[in-house]
Amino acid sequence: MAARVTNVLICGTGGQGILTASEVLSSAAQAAGFDVKKSEVHGMAQRGGSVTSHVRYGEKVYSPLIERGTADVILAMEKLEALRWMHFLGPEGRMLVCDLEINPLTVNIGRAEYPDTDSMLEDCGAPYSLIPAFDVAEELGNMKVVNTVMLGALASRLELPAEAWSAAVEERLPEKALEVNRKAFEEGRRLAG
Amino acid sequence: MSRKLNETDSGVLFLSGNEAVARGAWESGVHFAAAYPGTPSTEILEAIGEEYPEIDAQWAPNEKVGMETIAGASFGGARVLTAMKHVGLNVAADPLFTLSYIGSTGGIVIVSADDPGMHSSQNEQDNRLMARASKVAMLEPSDSQEAKDMVGEALRISEEFDTPVMLRLTTRISHSKSLVQAGPRTEVEVKGYQPDIAKRVPIPANARKMHSRVEKRLLALEKYGAESPLNRIEEGDRSLGIITSGISYQYVKETFPEASLLKLGMTNPLPWKLIEKFVGMVDRVMVCEENEPYLEERIRARLLVDVTGKDRVPIEGELSPELVRGALDPDADTSLAYGELELPARPPALCPGCPHRGAFYCLSKLKGSSTGDIGCYTLGLMPPHSALETTVCMGAAIGVLSGIEKATGREEMKRLVAAIGESTFVHSGITGLIDMVYNGNTGTVMIMDNSVTAMTGGQENPTTGKSLRGEPAPRLDLKELCRACGVKNVRVVDPHDLEEMEKVLREERAREELSVIITRRPCIMTYRPKRRAVAELDPDTCVSCRMCMNLGCPAISWDGEEGHPRINSMLCWPNCNLCVQVCPTGALSKDMGES
Repeated sequence: MAARVTNVLICGTGGQGILTASEVLSSAAQAAGFDVKKSEVHGMAQRGGSVTSHVRYGEKVYSPLIERGTADVILAMEKLEALRWMHFLGPEGRMLVCDLEINPLTVNIGRAEYPDTDSMLEDCGAPYSLIPAFDVAEELGNMKVVNTVMLGALASRLELPAEAWSAAVEERLPEKALEVNRKAFEEGRRLAG
Repeated sequence: MSRKLNETDSGVLFLSGNEAVARGAWESGVHFAAAYPGTPSTEILEAIGEEYPEIDAQWAPNEKVGMETIAGASFGGARVLTAMKHVGLNVAADPLFTLSYIGSTGGIVIVSADDPGMHSSQNEQDNRLMARASKVAMLEPSDSQEAKDMVGEALRISEEFDTPVMLRLTTRISHSKSLVQAGPRTEVEVKGYQPDIAKRVPIPANARKMHSRVEKRLLALEKYGAESPLNRIEEGDRSLGIITSGISYQYVKETFPEASLLKLGMTNPLPWKLIEKFVGMVDRVMVCEENEPYLEERIRARLLVDVTGKDRVPIEGELSPELVRGALDPDADTSLAYGELELPARPPALCPGCPHRGAFYCLSKLKGSSTGDIGCYTLGLMPPHSALETTVCMGAAIGVLSGIEKATGREEMKRLVAAIGESTFVHSGITGLIDMVYNGNTGTVMIMDNSVTAMTGGQENPTTGKSLRGEPAPRLDLKELCRACGVKNVRVVDPHDLEEMEKVLREERAREELSVIITRRPCIMTYRPKRRAVAELDPDTCVSCRMCMNLGCPAISWDGEEGHPRINSMLCWPNCNLCVQVCPTGALSKDMGES
């Protein structure tokens, strides 16, 4: 068998910064010396729709797409989206879910109901942690660091060195907000760890 | 998107396939690039524009003009590149098929980015068939490194064999990132223009000779392909041999690392000698390819061997590791730890503050609808507006409206308008409008002018007053253009002035003459509002009429318990007050500032 590849599926809705989050993870994996691939779709699919980004790293990576049922971590920026992509999770995997609900348009206009995601998550059998990333961001006084909290939570589940993460955060996130992003990252790591 | 790409001559970069093509063009001395945006190809020209000033890059009004300008630049001895989505190549097919006869002077790379799975497209056509039909050489990369390297290889092949070369990408190549070893730019001299009538004027007497040259070229390319490292055998277990190319190669390597593989990087013409050798080496042959059985049918027909292919590998949709595993090994355990759930869909929607919302709201309110086109405004078909009934291709809104009038008379023209964005109108709507004038149509064309090519991420076009690199450019005056076509009734309206929008729609559809309505308001992606302002609700004044819900605004949801709308302050767009306008009781209000 090929050497072990780590699979991370990041999901959420258009405009939530999914692609930036997967850039940071990819940078960290690259900084740690791994081969990295990441895949996502652009265009029509992004207009408020469901968005996923697949990130895979290891000694040698072939497919840019994660095979269903093999994700080590699903990092979900929204609860309904966590459930939507849950079938990608591997038997040993875990979901890190931002405690946030965003209505799809179908729900907003009354054509569907937002499901009871809390009990669905409890009943689905998949291990998960609910991360109160918005509360943390609010405490830190900057709502733009929600995804950094989630990345911190992700870091606690992956075996990437701390230096690789800090290099990635510094490279990919705005310089003037570096201090608050560092704090957000550490808080996320603490919450999920 | 891409950044810091041009700062290194030797580092390792993490690039999407599209960024890698841009990098490859730069490293191999490309002088000129032109394209019309189209997912999944758009970022190629964007990356060239942002990162590589040595390349003269421009947005063309459509793919055909893009192809023609690169043809001319090649005649002038420059190395050239054009890029388009798969359906864009249909628009550019006319110059392509003859450019194939003419060949190249400076190297020609034509990037076709296909969209298996139709993530952002209206069909799933496989442009490998177009390369074969037009008899040009075709290369297919499997990752970003190959995408970069193959641009250089394509240019060399183009110049050596006197052919345009198609570089065929798919969404998963264009929009996947992987590590790429960067190199410096090699400057190549522009050869200059020398008239060559016999080469470039395909009057029948010349064209017959050209065709003959093309057939010889294909034979020479076939021989080249059989010896080139573009195509290679990866020896493994000989009980199963898999022939594959492009992204499918990665899925096969992932799921069947032990099998023997024939990886094809050059897929037109096919390297028959190598294929024969491979087929002879293995016990059983399978072909793993996305969409059409392009390789499979040709291998069956030419070698008269039985191969497994589309009887197992789906023809529809894009492939994935699990699909390839299941297709190549029906006994594979593909059970999942956690099953798929039935959940409310999350379809894309018009953004909060989108100018199109006002137009579709009014059209829907008037029980009207539209023949639609390709752009964000195709979303006008979604509820609650449900105000779009047809979409064919770029520019078709106008021809289709015209044809409906020819079939059914004036009646439908009181209900329908042609809904087409300004960039799409310039791309291929203008001729449709001229046709309506010439042939006596009376319908209403609504040009939805948001001053940007929006759906592909916000590119400049001839109506925006800026070039690809953001420099000032002459601005096409749509109103004058329509008048010059012979349309007497041309009105410009702000689609967020709902009263006026509704009035204009009512009047122009009732008018027994051809008319154009230009709905003009900038796309929210094109500016950043200076202040924050959020619509506010006075719950005591709200009568729960749900009129605001008819806007389909993502920032407004219905609070069933309280019986009134809830405004999402993170999503509410400062420069929009549509909900305030539709609220009959004044329960919604918003500070719109000075402007």
